Amino acid sequence: MKPLQRLDGLVAPMDRANVDTDLIIPKQFLKSIKRTGFGPNLFDELRYLDEGVPDTDCSGRPLNPDFPLNFPRYLGASILLARENFGCGSSREHAPWALDGAGFRVIIAPSFADIFRSNCFKNGLLPIALDAAVVDDLFRAMYSNEGYRLIVDLERQVVQTPDGQSIAFEVDGFRRDCLLKGLDDIGITLERAEAIRAFELDHKTRFPWVFETLEV
Amino acid sequence: MFLTLYDKLWNSHLVESRDDGTALIYIDRQLLHEVTSPQAFEGLRLAGREPWRISANIAVPDHNVSTKADERAIGLAGVQDDVSRIQLQTLDDNCEAYAIPEITLDDIRQGIVHVMGPEQGATLPGMTIVCGDSHTSTHGAMGALAHGIGTSEVEHVLATGCLIQRKMKNFRVAVEGELPVGVTGKDVALAIIGHIGTAGGTGYAIEFCGSAIRDLTMEGRMTLCNMAIEAGARAGLVAVDATTLDYVKATPFAPRGEQWHAAEAYWKTLHSDADAVFDREVVLDAAKIEPQVSWGTSPEMVTDVSGYVPRLVDMPNETARKGLERALQYMGLEEGMAITDIRPDVIFIGSCTNSRIEDMRAAAAVLKGKRIAPSIKQALVVPGSGVVKQQAEEEGLDRIFLEAGMEWREPGCSMCLAMNADKLEPGQRCASTSNRNFEGRQGFGGRTHLVSPAMAAAAAIAGHFVDVRNTTEVAA
Ligand code: SF4
Repeated sequence: MKPLQRLDGLVAPMDRANVDTDLIIPKQFLKSIKRTGFGPNLFDELRYLDEGVPDTDCSGRPLNPDFPLNFPRYLGASILLARENFGCGSSREHAPWALDGAGFRVIIAPSFADIFRSNCFKNGLLPIALDAAVVDDLFRAMYSNEGYRLIVDLERQVVQTPDGQSIAFEVDGFRRDCLLKGLDDIGITLERAEAIRAFELDHKTRFPWVFETLEV
Repeated sequence: MFLTLYDKLWNSHLVESRDDGTALIYIDRQLLHEVTSPQAFEGLRLAGREPWRISANIAVPDHNVSTKADERAIGLAGVQDDVSRIQLQTLDDNCEAYAIPEITLDDIRQGIVHVMGPEQGATLPGMTIVCGDSHTSTHGAMGALAHGIGTSEVEHVLATGCLIQRKMKNFRVAVEGELPVGVTGKDVALAIIGHIGTAGGTGYAIEFCGSAIRDLTMEGRMTLCNMAIEAGARAGLVAVDATTLDYVKATPFAPRGEQWHAAEAYWKTLHSDADAVFDREVVLDAAKIEPQVSWGTSPEMVTDVSGYVPRLVDMPNETARKGLERALQYMGLEEGMAITDIRPDVIFIGSCTNSRIEDMRAAAAVLKGKRIAPSIKQALVVPGSGVVKQQAEEEGLDRIFLEAGMEWREPGCSMCLAMNADKLEPGQRCASTSNRNFEGRQGFGGRTHLVSPAMAAAAAIAGHFVDVRNTTEVAA
């Protein structure tokens, strides 16, 4: 997992409440055998004027000119500003995979769906929940300033605005540590590799038949 | 300290407890299939990691495979759907790249992952067993701790040999007494789900106990544990006894010689202590269990074959009334109608719930010398593995099905989840030996009634549901 300590990033809007995972990545793309490559299909139904078909090149598809993420001023954004209950719906991990694939590392919203939030952390994305009023202010500031950027400092748990304001945010200490060090669940478990090896050795003396190779 | 079977299995695999209340659990065996493994392998590759212990894993393709003999004869090329074929090819490629043992499509041992595992002795008593598939609970029938996991967890197990788990609570479901002739493990499973509901086992590991469970064959116990997940429990368990040991001893991967004796001695300890305390207990009277038929869109919407579809006025509250209304509409049924007036168009005998040799025998015993009703549009018999298929053919069961007017197919998941070409058409009604009757499960707009193999066979002959005990001699 990519670590995230401090991010100075362009901010883009997803200005509606209850964005569900099917909107983030429609179900026809779930048949893929990969966890990468979902970026071009992020918000597919909003982003393009035609219907999204898996395994097709998106570069030639007609873009929806009214969808903000298609506006040149938001190209290259890595911080998504969103509304309440972002990521509701199914538990698909494809949603964070698609956001990540499209270059986002941080999502700021008043609230997130539970499973989506935990899936974000598992995949190196930082969901930041802030007061609805604060999010509102950020939306306003972003809309009125082209090239609006925020600095997200996970170490200090603050979001810094261009006018020098520092907004504190809460994050689970364990999840914060993982993100700072770039440790995913697997990385964390592997930090215990010695303990696992020791257990395994003992397990093998007690239950040797479990360790026989299956010669198919 | 008195322990339950689940406690014992948990303790013997506990690597360490973590500060946040979770624990690192060592995994003895991981089963892999084509649908939920590709992203796990990709994750491993992207992170530059190697499998922790290759010999912990065994793979088999099952969900997407064609069940038609002519398509199977040409291997992967016979899989018509491109996406499915790529998934299957990807499993082969990943297993080759990481040297993971795979039972390939052309191997006689190929079959549904939960049929193949126990049949080959790849899953054994006392093991922790995981697979990216919720019906992994099946393997608990052997006194193993087995449950389904998600794709990220598949990768976690591949990379670390462990899983992060929170301990479940203990639930004892006892079925005491003798089951009436013609009442099977499937009926017991459905009756239990009807009794405790589909969320009844949530957060628990269920141990099935009692004299009726002890009397079940391994096949019957597997059917029962298979459906623990439909009762909300991620894991089902049955204690090890002579039936278990006899079954395991005959499997190809079972330990031999000295190892067998050591294993057997240990496996004999795999039962709950007499004074073990359970967090919840339910007792059912075996003698009162009838053949079951599900009428709705959730496995808990189930009743006796002599029963009726519920009436709206009998619902306790508005939510229940709405639920019933929706189910009736989807299923195309009238409230209060007799179960025996429901007429299936399609018969499906298969799935990891009921596709083992005993299931084939039970269905064939009912069908012998009979023809299916003219109103039946399709009747599929899909053995759970190539081994089951071969055994059934040696016993002449395939002839019985074919002469009755049914199709005898190649092994795979088939119409259980309709990921391949075996699907219901919208509105079609199916008597199915599988485990889920959710909307669209067997095909868009398809209607599923869950039954035992003998009950599916009896419905095929009659053209409507009947109590198999009234129709013909029943396989004991
Ligand atoms: S037979 Fe059905 S329930 Fe069993 S593994 Fe296959 S799809 Fe899942």
